[in-house]
Order: sequence, then C-alpha cells, then structure tokens
Amino acid sequence: MNVHAIKAIYRFEMARTFRTLMQSIASPVLSTSLYFIVFGAAIGSRMVAIDGVSYGAFIIPGLIMLSLLTESISNASFGIYMPKWAGTIYELLSAPVSWLETVLGYVGAAATKSIILGVIILITARLFVDYSIAHPLVMIGFLFLTAVTFSLFGFVIGVWADSFEKLQIIPMMVVMPLTFLGGSFYSIDMLPDPWDKIALFNPVVYLVSGFRWSFYGISDVGVGISFAATLGFMLACLAIIWTIFRTGWKLKT
Amino acid sequence: MQPIVSVQTLNKTYAGGFQALKDVSLDIRKGEIFALLGPNGAGKTTLISIICGIVNPTSGTVTADGHDVVRDYRAARQKIGLVPQELHTDAFESVWDTVKFSRGLFGRPPDPAHLEKVLRQLSLWDKRADKIMTLSGGMKRRVMIAKALSHEPTILFLDEPTAGVDVELRQDMWEMVRGLREAGVTIILTTHYIEEAEEMADRIGVISRGELIVVEEKAVLMRKLGKKQLTLMLQEPLGAIPAGLSGEPLELSDDGQSLTYTFDAQADETGIAPLLKRLGEHGVDFKDLRTEESSLEDIFVSLVRGGRA
Repeated sequence: MNVHAIKAIYRFEMARTFRTLMQSIASPVLSTSLYFIVFGAAIGSRMVAIDGVSYGAFIIPGLIMLSLLTESISNASFGIYMPKWAGTIYELLSAPVSWLETVLGYVGAAATKSIILGVIILITARLFVDYSIAHPLVMIGFLFLTAVTFSLFGFVIGVWADSFEKLQIIPMMVVMPLTFLGGSFYSIDMLPDPWDKIALFNPVVYLVSGFRWSFYGISDVGVGISFAATLGFMLACLAIIWTIFRTGWKLKT
Repeated sequence: MQPIVSVQTLNKTYAGGFQALKDVSLDIRKGEIFALLGPNGAGKTTLISIICGIVNPTSGTVTADGHDVVRDYRAARQKIGLVPQELHTDAFESVWDTVKFSRGLFGRPPDPAHLEKVLRQLSLWDKRADKIMTLSGGMKRRVMIAKALSHEPTILFLDEPTAGVDVELRQDMWEMVRGLREAGVTIILTTHYIEEAEEMADRIGVISRGELIVVEEKAVLMRKLGKKQLTLMLQEPLGAIPAGLSGEPLELSDDGQSLTYTFDAQADETGIAPLLKRLGEHGVDFKDLRTEESSLEDIFVSLVRGGRA
C-alpha cells in the first residue's frame, strides 16, 4: 500500500479546502442556516408537528443530508476533474498508485470535508431549533456512510465530466431535485397515493429516512433497508471506479 | 547487460483509428542519454506516455528496470520520472508544496534535504514559497523538472524539455542532464531540435509515422552525417563515367555536366587528391568545383521522408 501517496493526495485536497474556506464551508453553512431560519423558525412555528416532532426539528436531518450529498459530490468531482482539466492528471497516472489508493486519497478528503460541514451545520442548527439525537452512533454511521458513498459518486462524475457544465449537471439536475423530493421537508406518508409509492424509487428517501430515524426514531422506511440501500450504492460506485481504472475510461487514451 | 527500458513490438492505435506506433522495439541502456528524434506527430510522446503509464498500449510489452509497466506497474513507475511536454502545473500551489506532493505520490517518505537540493540545483530555492501561477514559463518548466526529480528516479523522461525555453535555461538544462547522467540516471529525451540531440545524446533514435527507423550510436550516426560531397563542373559533358573510374563513388548528373563524389569527411584519407589525378588521366577536365556537407537536419529530413541521406 502506497501510504505516502494516499497522504499526499489527501493533504493536497484538504489544503485546497482551506484555501477556499468561504466556498467550501462558509457558503453551504450560510445557505443551510437560511433554510433553518425560513422553514424552521419562521414557517416551521406555524406548522403542525410530524409524528410528534416539531417541523423545525423534523427538517434538520433532511437539510444536513442535502448539504452532505451536494458537497460530497461537488468536492470529489471537482477534486478529480481539476487535474484532468489542468493536465496535471499525467502525474497521477504515471505514479505507482493503485485505484484504491487514489480513491482513498480523493474520496477520503472529499468525505472528510463533507463530514466537517455536516457537523458544523448540526451545531449551527442548534442556534435556531431544539433537537435531540436518539441514536448518536447510528447518526455518525449514516453521516460517514453517506459522505463516503456520495463522494465516490462524485468521483465518478468528475471522471466522466469533460466540461465544467457536465460537472454541474448531475448535482443540479438530478441530485438536488431528488433530495428535495426525497422527504427532506416532509414525511413520505404525507404524499397522496400513488406518489408515496413512487417516492420509494427515489434513493434519497432511504438516506433521509434512515438519518432521521437516528435523530427521532421515526422513519418512512425501515432503517435496515436505508442502510442496505446506501451500502449497495456505495459498492456500485466502487465497482464503477474499479472498472474506470482497469480500462482507463476517460482517464487514459 | 539488461536494458533499463525494453520496448518490444509496441503498437498503439487510438480510438479514432489512427495508428500512432507500429511494431516499435527499442532497448535503452542503463546510464545512457538517449535522444528520440522525430517530427511533430511522429509518435514520440505516445511512446513515452505508454512507458510511463499514461496511455494504454494496443499490443506489445514494455519493461522498466525489468518490471512490466502494466503488470508490475508499481515497481516500474517508482523508477521513472517524467517531464511532459506541456506546462501542466497546479497554479495555486506553492513550489515547495507541489514538489513535496510529487515525492509523496511516488511513494517516497518526506525528505526536505533532497527537495532542497533539487530546488537549489534548478535555481528554485528562492521561489519555494511562491505560487506557481506567479512564475514565468521558464520557471514553471524548472518546477516540472523538480517534480520529476523529487522521488529520485533512475530513469528520467524529458519530453521536449527545451521547447520554448530561453538560451540560458537550455544551457542550464543540458548541464543538469549531464549531472544526472553522472549520478547514474538514465535519460530519454525527445526533441525535434537536432542540435540538442547532437549535444547531449549517447545514442539517437529517429521515429517517423509511428515507426522507429533508426537507432544508432551518436558517433556512428555522426560518421554517416559526416558524409561530404564534391561536385565537379565538367569542361565537356560526359555520356557515361569512364570505365576506369567505375569503382569510385561517383555519380554523373543527368545532363552529364557534373560529377559528384561522395566521401567520408572524418576519414583519414578523403581520396580527393587521387581522384583528381585519375580524372586527369582519363581526360576528364573540370572548370569549377564545390563541396557540400549534409547537415544533421538534411539527414534527419531525409530519414523521415523515407529516403537516404
């Protein structure tokens, strides 16, 4: 195992984060805080409680997931896309580094950033809304698993993209709508038939549901199913990345 | 002696159908400076890129220090440093950080003393805290060399290292390459500056349209390049070269007005004096004469076009 390479990539990526603190941390924290102010404190105070949880507290897991998904994808996709764009990918491709070491470096850094962001948002939420965490270990597990899984997904997007526009298409056109429609702001039970059934095809539902269960013990789908679905998606992303490096798709000619 | 780099029947056809390399076989000797010459698009960069792992070969094998670059890529790549043709750098990184990153990427533990030595050799030490984006093109080229040397490779590929650099940097670079060779590093450089190959290389390879058409010791190649021609403008046109001169390397022009004698300029005896004497004996007089020497460039162009020098 080329541990020095993993460290080098990880530190390089983290250094980029600290060079761009406003963009990496401050900006998503600010936008999520606005959600808390508008939906949590302002509108939320006039909404009825859902399954005994105040609306302001109910949306916290969903909002954290929203940030976690978008930032994980953004961090990882940008991390691998930039060397491709700048041409410095030659160094990575010519280095004695395996696909797994590359992934550990890039995805590890992207997931770390997302987890830091998630924790900051969680702390920030406390300023606006009271909440409790019923299963803290499960919450940490979901936070970690989701950050890693969607950083892997972001890595795939970064390899696939050959323009900045493509880099944004999946996060903006697919992930963001799925997250909004994935029960971040409501319970799936509140949807009329057949939309409550259709919603179950949205993978984000399982993430939000499982994460919310770790906070309040309530969920739209079983927490085991949520965990299995996320794990399955992570394994699928890993398989895709392994194939990418084995074939050199979009990396080597 | 086992070659430090061995390329066997290497082929590369890109997705669009363009065949960049055709059955290229080449052995690089340990400790030599090998210059790969060729016009733009000849396949130089593709060849280097395959050896370094950046491009997948279509068929054929490559070993670096005995390690297959595909199957045993980790051991092979640890030996190799690459300075690519294009100036690909991380604009926002400092010189020190980018060189440190490169060393780590190639699996070497931190060694600030070595990095300092490399940066000082390349006159980059004073710039170590500067962001790369603030450096000039020449300085960026030095940074790329520093990155390639950061992990102490034993095989160094320099792809067009002096393209677009000023005279001072070119001289510095040649000096550095000589120093590396003395330290035991094998150097493979591609260039289309023939004088650069002449200045630096122990052996020269010429690649054209994906085929390696010549691999030769520089000294041997120089002897070939050292061919000179003596052209005699005749008083009277000849219908044919006199039978008594048929053994001489003479060529009669189509109009019979001139005779061309090809000789080895570096040989002890050029044979000119005896030739002139024998021409006189056969009643061949001349009114004028001139000598021409094929330049390196002439020879190179001739080789590349598939002709003879």
